[in-house]
Amino acid sequence: MIRSRVSRVTKKTGVILITLFGLLTMTFVIGRLMPIDPVLAVIGPDADSSTYQQVFDEMGLGKPIWVQYYYYLQDMLSGDFGRAILTGSPVIDDILRVLPATIELASIAIMVGVGLGVPLGVYAATHRGRLGDHLTRLITLFGYSTPVFWVGMVGLIIFYAWLNWAGAAGRIGFAYDGMFTSYTGFYLVDTLLSGNIEAFVSALRHIALPALILGLNSVSFIGRMTRSFMLEQLSQEYIKTARVKGLSERSVIWKHAFKNIRVQLLTIVALAYGGLLEGAVLIETVFAWPGFGQYLTDSLLMGDMNAVMASVLFIGLVFVFLNLLSDALYKMFDPRTQ
Amino acid sequence: MDVLTVEKLNVTFRTDEGLKHAVRDVSFTLRNEKLAIVGESGSGKSTVGKAILRLNPPSTRVTAEKLQFGKTNLLACNEKEIRAIRGQHISMIMQDPKFSLNPVMTVGEQISEALSVHRNISRREAKEAALEMLKEVSIADPEHVYSQYPHEISGGMGQRVMIAMMVIPEPDIIIADEPTSALDVSVQQDVLNILTRLIEKKNISLIFISHDLNLVKKFCDRVLVMYGGRVVESIKANELSNASHPYTRGLMESLPSLKHRRETLPVMTRDQNWLTQEYTT
Amino acid sequence: MKNAEVVRNSDYSLKARHNPEYTRVALFVKSFKKLCRNPLSASGVIIVALLLICAIAAPLIATHNPLEQDLARVLASPSLAHWFGTDEYGRDVFSRLVYGSRVTLYIIFLVTIIVGPVGLLVGTMSGYFGGWVDSVFMRITDIFISFPSLVLALAFVAALGPGLEHAVIAIAITSWPPVARLARAETLTLRNSDYVVAAQLQGASACRVLFHYISLMCLPSLIVRLTMNMATVILTAAALGFLGLGAQPPLPEWGAMISTGRSYMLESWWLVAFPGAAIMLVSLAFNLLGDGLRDLLDPRTE
Repeated sequence: MIRSRVSRVTKKTGVILITLFGLLTMTFVIGRLMPIDPVLAVIGPDADSSTYQQVFDEMGLGKPIWVQYYYYLQDMLSGDFGRAILTGSPVIDDILRVLPATIELASIAIMVGVGLGVPLGVYAATHRGRLGDHLTRLITLFGYSTPVFWVGMVGLIIFYAWLNWAGAAGRIGFAYDGMFTSYTGFYLVDTLLSGNIEAFVSALRHIALPALILGLNSVSFIGRMTRSFMLEQLSQEYIKTARVKGLSERSVIWKHAFKNIRVQLLTIVALAYGGLLEGAVLIETVFAWPGFGQYLTDSLLMGDMNAVMASVLFIGLVFVFLNLLSDALYKMFDPRTQ
Repeated sequence: MDVLTVEKLNVTFRTDEGLKHAVRDVSFTLRNEKLAIVGESGSGKSTVGKAILRLNPPSTRVTAEKLQFGKTNLLACNEKEIRAIRGQHISMIMQDPKFSLNPVMTVGEQISEALSVHRNISRREAKEAALEMLKEVSIADPEHVYSQYPHEISGGMGQRVMIAMMVIPEPDIIIADEPTSALDVSVQQDVLNILTRLIEKKNISLIFISHDLNLVKKFCDRVLVMYGGRVVESIKANELSNASHPYTRGLMESLPSLKHRRETLPVMTRDQNWLTQEYTT
Repeated sequence: MKNAEVVRNSDYSLKARHNPEYTRVALFVKSFKKLCRNPLSASGVIIVALLLICAIAAPLIATHNPLEQDLARVLASPSLAHWFGTDEYGRDVFSRLVYGSRVTLYIIFLVTIIVGPVGLLVGTMSGYFGGWVDSVFMRITDIFISFPSLVLALAFVAALGPGLEHAVIAIAITSWPPVARLARAETLTLRNSDYVVAAQLQGASACRVLFHYISLMCLPSLIVRLTMNMATVILTAAALGFLGLGAQPPLPEWGAMISTGRSYMLESWWLVAFPGAAIMLVSLAFNLLGDGLRDLLDPRTE
């Protein structure tokens, strides 16, 4: 029993290590494939050839590719992700600086996703084959099929340009920038902590639209998963038992069936959160949201190799972490695996 | 006294291939007795059980000239009224405790829930009643079992829990749908004994759905034999050996027996007319 | 081969022995009719058919030359002459959309013919041989899956340089692992089935078993997956186009059209609205189609 658990943990750790190693390798390959001369990117096009040679040697670009790979691994494992050319500061600092904006956005979005997706999925499952189910199916498929950046723009046109309900691009109105103390990096929290209600409202108006649109994608994902999990449970015998007892349909659904899918849902939500990072890349570009996604696309367009590689690696790490987390949650909360 | 009267019960399913007539003109009355419904798989015996509790899926059409429980017409009940009947007056023991108990709720919670749905009682009272009930189904350590999850207990234990759950609101009728088929032979008799003891003690009528004629012969008072959705014969259990219908006789014939050894078991020949003929009681 | 057919169409096994071709056609027609009975799947079929017609008959359908600039009619709003308005160079948005369907189909087609065979091969081999082959292949797919596909595609296109072909390659690289996973899972359930064992006992080589028995049986679920994948491919391609990394102007790719239209979107909403709606509609169609196909092949999830 214990031995099998130990070997399982060892195996799991091995898989994670291999995956991490793969992530590093992949980012290295991508970095080397880049058509932009990394030296020129550092020194600018006007530098003379001796400077060029000096930087070229410093960066180790003359060495064989596997030596470069070795240095690269060494740097990465010691936590040195290099400097971003765009900002001049260490990439890791940049990432940590822009991260709160993305986390704030993604967190609100996941709340939207869970808040709408779960009830929608449960509703569809309990009304299976009826109009409501078909409508839900259509809605969630729409959610899957709409380009999130396009919805962002249409949202801006309608709610900002035409109706003027939403704030424009950015995290907060210009007037409030710097008008409150930064405790957490989350504007909604910071403005409240600073007691600046007007700034809070402004931040809310700015985050509402992008978060809602970002969340729509996970509404579809969470909704469809909830539906299929619920359908699976509702066809089980114990549901019939619950009905035989004379329980109301609401108790049957929420107390019996739903209780059985909570753990599965938790893992799905963790995965959906990872998916939001992907959507954030596009949504942040549309809404000029100064977060991780925008940082990544900016660096990409500027050919900033260090920043791109580190960002991609970072996202990979977040994904691996979320996967681990969802596994762990499963083990923690399901009585059958205890 | 008639507890339950069923007259010309018909059940049809809507499927992709069209309508399927699963139960045709089934009639019987249940007194304070142990009534068995026997038949092969697909004969419609379980469907009858479900129809009484109106548990069939929404795509099913159930009609009857009469489906009367005491003074209540079960077919005319709305959703709320039928819920008041379920559990409290008529309940049902399922086949396999592995699937019929909720895997993420403790055994005890599930038993006390069966009581507290229908009674206005506190949690503690419900728990005490559940512990008492666990003792009644011969579980040695009720406190311990109360807080266990279904996957932690054995099949025989699970079925005892199931019985406890269905008996605790003290219903008038229990429908037992193959309650021992999923169990080891060694524990089947235990479970049946517990069931018999409890229903006799609490004065509960039983509808025992089974495919096992041998079992039914010993255990029940009266037997309905179903074939192709119809009742082909209704007979007292102790008169089964004198059954008149060829299908019942065929079933009896094909039972292997230790006392009367035979070279080969006869294979039943079936008659299309069985599907249309009226049976005579 | 014959074995597989009989197992799959057990209802038809009698007829199949006489005339397999007839049966396959009949089964196809029957399935297609069943698919079209569901209004959602049927609308998916119709939209995909429309897309095909648009792409094939683009010159007949388009009202203008998609590349022809008319600086006198810049940013004109939708009218009878220009149904969906004109863009910043006075080009007709409707005609560009119609021609854009060719670009979309081109991307879908290329990605699918790369991803399908690669995923099938890797997945079935992984599932069939097990052991170290399985470990190696699955670790590789793990690595790919641990990146969100859009981010990985972005990184690859950035590395390869912007362009339509590079976008196709990047999308293909990022979308084969889930297909391989699926094929592997299917293979695992098939590997020990009686008909495969029977073939092995008859002395069929691993290669023959893989291609003639297992791959064929994986196809239905694979087709569902690829159909759904097409919807994702369209969105990813559009996203790459939107970020300026996919198809380059003046090619009328829908995502790129949104990208250029973005600068004028507050005044000229049609530049953004129509291409986006086209992307959504086509992606939705493939999703509906995939959904319908899945229900058809796997009644459990209906």
